[in-house]
Amino acid sequence: MNVKDIAERLSLNVFSAHDSLDREVTGGYASDLLSDVMGHAQEGQIWITLQTHKNIMAVASLKDLAAIILVKGFEPDKDTLELSANEGIPVLGTKMQAFELAGKLYEIIK
Amino acid sequence: MNLEFKVDGGDFTVAGNASSQIKKMLKQLNVDPRIVKRVVIALYEAEVNIVAHAYRGVIYAEIDSRGVRLRLEDEGPGIPDIEQAMTPGFSTASAQVREMGFGAGMGLPNISENADEFKIESEVGKGTTLWINYKF
Repeated sequence: MNVKDIAERLSLNVFSAHDSLDREVTGGYASDLLSDVMGHAQEGQIWITLQTHKNIMAVASLKDLAAIILVKGFEPDKDTLELSANEGIPVLGTKMQAFELAGKLYEIIK
Repeated sequence: MNLEFKVDGGDFTVAGNASSQIKKMLKQLNVDPRIVKRVVIALYEAEVNIVAHAYRGVIYAEIDSRGVRLRLEDEGPGIPDIEQAMTPGFSTASAQVREMGFGAGMGLPNISENADEFKIESEVGKGTTLWINYKF
């Protein structure tokens, strides 16, 4: 399953890196603590968070995550979008809150 | 190979840049991906610690056939009680830093868990130095 499949099935907005939606997704990780994600997320996972600042891109890139999904209608900061495009790691968004999104995502990629 | 990166305290817009450069270099040198992953976790945490707590710092990275050796020297307030600072969950980060999802008291434990060798020395009012080493 890739990022595009997930974006379509969950009707997610694609904010950036539209040409990198073929990235393979191996699982998911939900956390708003950057150190937790650094320490425990695995390569290829899709990251659910409400953090919107550009440091999420640094973490996603260092951990080789597949993509980031922002919850509750949050939108990425401008410099987050730029970095997302540079790194080729998509930032997606949804109006769902984290619990609901995680549940749906778990169902389709478990 | 010896690399050196300057890190400014307080500037979160560039936090992770040095870690990203060193990661690229390790990949180019075909270092075992399992080691690269551990280096990246420890190094990013240590880099963010300089940004979050110190005035400025320098990251020195030495990479050769024996392993990777990192030294992070900062000028900053120092750590009065290292044992307390190493306790998971303990943090002195500002409210602003915490709102960004940093400062959860996981940094030093993450570094320690992801290093082959880890040493920390600190002098209050002067600064802190970390040594983080990996053997191939």
